[in-house]
Amino acid sequence: MARYAALIYAAEQNDTDTNPEQWAAIMAEYNTFGETAGAAGVLGAGEALQPTSTATTVHVTGGAKGGDVVTTDGPFAETKEALGGFYILDCKDLDEAVHWAAQIPGAWHGRVEVRPLIDFSQG
Amino acid sequence: MVATLIRLTGDFDLAEDAVQEAAIVALQQWGVSGVPDNPGAWLTTVARRKALDRIRRESSRTARESAAVRLLDEPAGPGEQVAKRPDELRLLFTCCHPALNSDARIALTLRTLCGLTTAEIARVLLAPEPTVGQRISRAKKKILTARIPYRVPVDHELPERLPAVLNVLYLVFTAGHHAADGTLDSRFGLADDAIRIARLASVSFPDEPEVWGLLALMLATHARRGGRVDGSGDVVLLADQDRTRWDHEAIAESSRLVEVNLRKRRVGPFQIQAAIASLHGLAPTFPSTDWPQIAELYGFLERLQPTPVVRINRAVAVTFADGPQAGLDLLDALGDDDVAEVQDWHLYWSTRADFHRRLGEHDDATDAYRRALSCPTNESDRRFLERRLREL
Repeated sequence: MARYAALIYAAEQNDTDTNPEQWAAIMAEYNTFGETAGAAGVLGAGEALQPTSTATTVHVTGGAKGGDVVTTDGPFAETKEALGGFYILDCKDLDEAVHWAAQIPGAWHGRVEVRPLIDFSQG
Repeated sequence: MVATLIRLTGDFDLAEDAVQEAAIVALQQWGVSGVPDNPGAWLTTVARRKALDRIRRESSRTARESAAVRLLDEPAGPGEQVAKRPDELRLLFTCCHPALNSDARIALTLRTLCGLTTAEIARVLLAPEPTVGQRISRAKKKILTARIPYRVPVDHELPERLPAVLNVLYLVFTAGHHAADGTLDSRFGLADDAIRIARLASVSFPDEPEVWGLLALMLATHARRGGRVDGSGDVVLLADQDRTRWDHEAIAESSRLVEVNLRKRRVGPFQIQAAIASLHGLAPTFPSTDWPQIAELYGFLERLQPTPVVRINRAVAVTFADGPQAGLDLLDALGDDDVAEVQDWHLYWSTRADFHRRLGEHDDATDAYRRALSCPTNESDRRFLERRLREL
């Protein structure tokens, strides 16, 4: 057996241009996948991300640990770097999340994008 | 007050709505029963109650419930008056958080700390109103969703966080200061707001010389407002200003702050600019200005901020210290990037024109004034440039 990450890329939905019915249809599709893949025993963890407008990109300068932490608004602009992995961080606020993101080696070898997860329990 | 409510509820929109509702109640009640002894505390209490009502109405959302819990935990009464000031700083640091882009920071600060409407902010920032509205709502949403905290950073975070805050405050100030030249309404009181908040910040961060530098710069600049515009709304050049109309007490305070803080030996751009502004303020007449020292200070500033605007200002100071040819030489020595950047600046061309005029090179001066007039500028600057062109 091997482990895989399935990374979901799709056009970003705007609150204003997706009506509740469309949302419900999309959610139903995901629920179906969750149930099917869950029953088959292939599903590990899964999360949904807030839109890129809530993203913050963290970079540690100098190419080594301990450099200046540079925080910018917005998602990581794709260049020659590619998504290489991810952590789920449990933090009380963005400052704490940035603090930890700046300790990830990717922050000085590249960039780390911090994006809040959607909390479905909050309706 | 909005700041207090935002801190308590963690929600900009909720806080603004609640304060607005409270203001409506106040208008109705105070008309009948008179203004209470402590209107601020009264309003905050009502606004808090309004926010609580609303949270309860929408209490299916657990996030709102936790906001309600925070509201209930907060002690009521006179404590709010004390709490208000640190709240403004917290809010300022939130509005200027590095995870927000710089356009959003200034717009959000004008909205939440200066109380401007979206339409007013659009006028101040010379941006279309829908763009400003979008910028603000997107930033508010990010603050809420990404959980940007409401707090003043601890000491070791200040080097990263303070510059953004100081830059936004200075932008607020210049927006208000320029209002006095007739291009914008000065009723927003932005310059006073910026000075008030900078004072608050300087008390909270007494060991940060750049905070004092910013305060000193704003005091010395604002002190000259009485002489900057004449009766018909035209800009009066520094050389021609009536110096008795300046606020000499503010200039003296600025100069004291500059001296005390320069001794800390952590010089930054705001301290240097403050030193320059207070030297201008202290000069009894234009010719007796300490131009050599001002030219030297611009030299230091250029090393920290090698921007065309600093270089042009330095050339002006050098002209008064060493003659117009020395100033013109500095303008001619601008790098290609700088030259490209200043092509559409009327200030660059009018400065060149002035140097040529002083050298008696009338043809070059005429050309440069015409170039200046072809650049975007405001009405009163345009009148000034046209007058100079006629005088040649």
